[in-house]
Amino acid sequence: MMEPQWLDIGPVDQLPALGARTLPVRGGQEIAIFHTANGEVYALANACPHKAGPLSQGIVHDTTVTCPLHNWRISLVTGQALGEDKGCVPVIPVKIDGGRILIGRAEALAGVA
Amino acid sequence: MTQIQKPHLVVVGNGMAGCRAVEEILARDPDRYRITIFGAEPRVNYNRIMLSPLLAGDKSFDDIVINDLAWYADNAIDLVSGDPVVAIDRKIQTVTARSGRTESYDRLLLATGSDPFIIPCPGHDLQGVVTFRDMDDVGAMLRAAASEDDVPRSAVVIGGGLLGLEAAHGLSLRGMTVTVLHLMPTLMERQLDEAAGWLLKNALEARGQTILTGADTAEIYGQGKVEGVRLKDGRDIPALLVVMAVGIRPNVKLARDAGLAIGRGIHVDDHMVTSDANILAVGECVEHNGNVYGLVAPLWDMCRSLADALVATPSGYTGSVTSTKLKVSGIDVFSAGDFSGGEGCEDIVMRDASRGVYKRVVVKNDRVIGAVLYGDTQDGNWYFDLLKRQQDVAEIRDALIFGQAFASGGAASANPNGAVAALADDAEICGCNGVSKGKVVAAICGGAETLDAVRACTKASASCGSCTGLVEGLLAITMGDDYAGERAAPTVCKCTSFTHEDVRRLILERELKAIPQVMQALHWTTPDGCSSCRPALNYYLLCAWPGEFVDDNQSRFVNERMHANIQKDGTYSVVPRMWGGVTNPKELRAIADVAEKYEARMVKVTGGQRLDIFGISKEDLPAVWADLNAAGMVSGHAYAKALRTVKTCVGSEWCRFGTQDSTGLGIKTEQMTWGSFMPHKFKIAVSGCPRNCAEATIKDFGVICVDSGYELSIGGNGGIKLRGTDFLCKVTTEQEALDYCAAFIQLYREEARYLDRTAPWVERVGLEYIKQRIVDDATGREALRARFLYSQSFMQDDPWAKRAAGEEYKLHQHLAEIRPTPTPSRPVMELA
Repeated sequence: MMEPQWLDIGPVDQLPALGARTLPVRGGQEIAIFHTANGEVYALANACPHKAGPLSQGIVHDTTVTCPLHNWRISLVTGQALGEDKGCVPVIPVKIDGGRILIGRAEALAGVA
Repeated sequence: MTQIQKPHLVVVGNGMAGCRAVEEILARDPDRYRITIFGAEPRVNYNRIMLSPLLAGDKSFDDIVINDLAWYADNAIDLVSGDPVVAIDRKIQTVTARSGRTESYDRLLLATGSDPFIIPCPGHDLQGVVTFRDMDDVGAMLRAAASEDDVPRSAVVIGGGLLGLEAAHGLSLRGMTVTVLHLMPTLMERQLDEAAGWLLKNALEARGQTILTGADTAEIYGQGKVEGVRLKDGRDIPALLVVMAVGIRPNVKLARDAGLAIGRGIHVDDHMVTSDANILAVGECVEHNGNVYGLVAPLWDMCRSLADALVATPSGYTGSVTSTKLKVSGIDVFSAGDFSGGEGCEDIVMRDASRGVYKRVVVKNDRVIGAVLYGDTQDGNWYFDLLKRQQDVAEIRDALIFGQAFASGGAASANPNGAVAALADDAEICGCNGVSKGKVVAAICGGAETLDAVRACTKASASCGSCTGLVEGLLAITMGDDYAGERAAPTVCKCTSFTHEDVRRLILERELKAIPQVMQALHWTTPDGCSSCRPALNYYLLCAWPGEFVDDNQSRFVNERMHANIQKDGTYSVVPRMWGGVTNPKELRAIADVAEKYEARMVKVTGGQRLDIFGISKEDLPAVWADLNAAGMVSGHAYAKALRTVKTCVGSEWCRFGTQDSTGLGIKTEQMTWGSFMPHKFKIAVSGCPRNCAEATIKDFGVICVDSGYELSIGGNGGIKLRGTDFLCKVTTEQEALDYCAAFIQLYREEARYLDRTAPWVERVGLEYIKQRIVDDATGREALRARFLYSQSFMQDDPWAKRAAGEEYKLHQHLAEIRPTPTPSRPVMELA
């Protein structure tokens, strides 16, 4: 049986502007869904590569989130730490369809036994 | 050697030249002479070129004092002020003052300066006609500006040169209607060419001054005092004040009466010696090689040569090249050298109309011989330096007009300090006080590692302050990474070139009321700021527009957004408020219940006399708050740049040493101040006696009760950098203690930079400033207090109660949850 490639996780209007919400994955890594000023939506593993800080609680600016624990800046597009810091957080593909947020199923379930 | 045996140096003139000469002599040999200084004015030596900012209200007299009484005392100088010397007897080597006092001299130094020129037109001696030369003149102008009996408070300034325009600017700022009369067709024609003069005229007219060029004064009229000025073409300008600023003349009367050689000024040789070998002269009263100077820079050169010849190795004065800067805030004008043109001269001109910039550099034989800059004077020092050094500019000629950064091929532009690094050691940094780059660098190497220290030991940037940036540049170059900057003119962040102070001022001036509006108006370079500027702007707007600005939650750090303290594992800690550190069984029971119900992993007593519940998930926060609210507790703001705690001891209610009810005052203080957002966290403590059990002397605001009242102190910090508080004042009642507290908090809220604790802020602005605002200025204090209480009327809403009632639920609930199931075709989505 073909598994659907995308998971519908809810309507875009449930995301605060310039903010983020969380999406726990039972048995896996919690995901953070970000909403930028331009209305774009991105998804990253909700754990900073530095000390696993919850990126969903950081300040979103442009296409970057600043981790709330130690101010690492992480690109929402690539998951890479910016500036002097080195590290990378998994990116989950996102698309918007009819006002609904769809995320890549395989990436979202990565690591789930 | 005893005092008596030292030769006696008598100085006639307690002005800038006389005192500077003495300073230069003392710097070379402090023990050579016994020194007496006679001054006509009844006051210590002050910086005459700073009279303009004094008139404009930018400075006070104390700010412009060069040498206070302590300086005279420390150097054993006998100061005879308010008693001008009226005669010199060269035969027996004595001087006699107006009072009859006579002093014999071994060496006599004349520094009599110059007198303002008075046009001998009818009415020039009426009451209300003043010059612009000394403190008394400024006093007369300020009285006129403040007079209320004449409804149109108008003034006429005769003379559109440097001095006249500065006087006009000052009077205009003091609220007078000002007309400037200038005989020539162009303002400042000796310093500016026609184009720059025209730009200047337009700029001044735009500020409300009336500028009449080609205006020839016929008479000043009035019955006993000035009523107006009539021009030769018949025009009539009513005025109650007339300022004559048409020029100065060397004051040579004393020298002439003594039979010294005189031309336009007192003749001196290269070592500032007059025709009498025992008599020297410096400053505006002298004529050297046919030149008479009316600016400050030549005076410094003369004093150096004089001191070299007198007590060290003679260096010889060779004349000065001068430059001019107009001290009218917001109008930048610079000129130096010769720009009259002529054979072999080439003009290089650049104009930028939209920026109001005009630059003209005159080059002859590949050397800069003159420069006029209007609107952008940043490169003035560089042109002046090229001019003085007679440097060959053939190679940089094409780029010369674009300034140093560009002409030096990018190296300088990449490094903002490149320009100052490239200056020669003898290049002048501070024009007001004649301080060279080499001198500033030597002072820094000698341990003056802050702006203030450099000011204290060289006076560079201590007067008009326009060279502060250059001095900071030298600090940065000389100290490298050790110099972090201080006036720091730190910009808010990399998104903008504005400083915190600029941004706060512009928010008010332009009535900016939203973060995107600020970013648009102030040309932010990023679309929506960054995690540094957004919280700062959010705070500045909140502070500027209480009751109007809607807090932007997404511009707050996580703790303030979540109203709890995030911990390293992503859970939160919760601290309910305990007023003055006092609790009761009901509150303790509620906290115990919350800790069990939500499986808090720890309950900890904080340093601020309350309880902290650890390990709460963000989803549980609203429920935790609802339970705490039910027991009457509200947010403790332990997470916010806001009032944290008011720590108290038990005071007179229990303690055998207590002098006042410190607990009660602490609770009242906390009830007044809770909920107020600030530039950073703010802690208060009230101790009931000087034993100070509440540790009030390391808080932002501390109260120590004594028998006779309350001692208030400010700016303490127990954190990274321990700092004891500074004593602010003592008050007698609880209400006063509360009022001063509110006023101090509001001053901090309105003027500190975001993320400044009170300790560095107080150190930066100075305790005296805070005292002046909070203690001396009762009206200002009351206004601050009123603004604080007004702001508080919008802030004292428990944020927990709103969240518990469902506000911002998206921040606490998951968007959804993914539960993979054995039937992979239908992963279960559960919307929260």
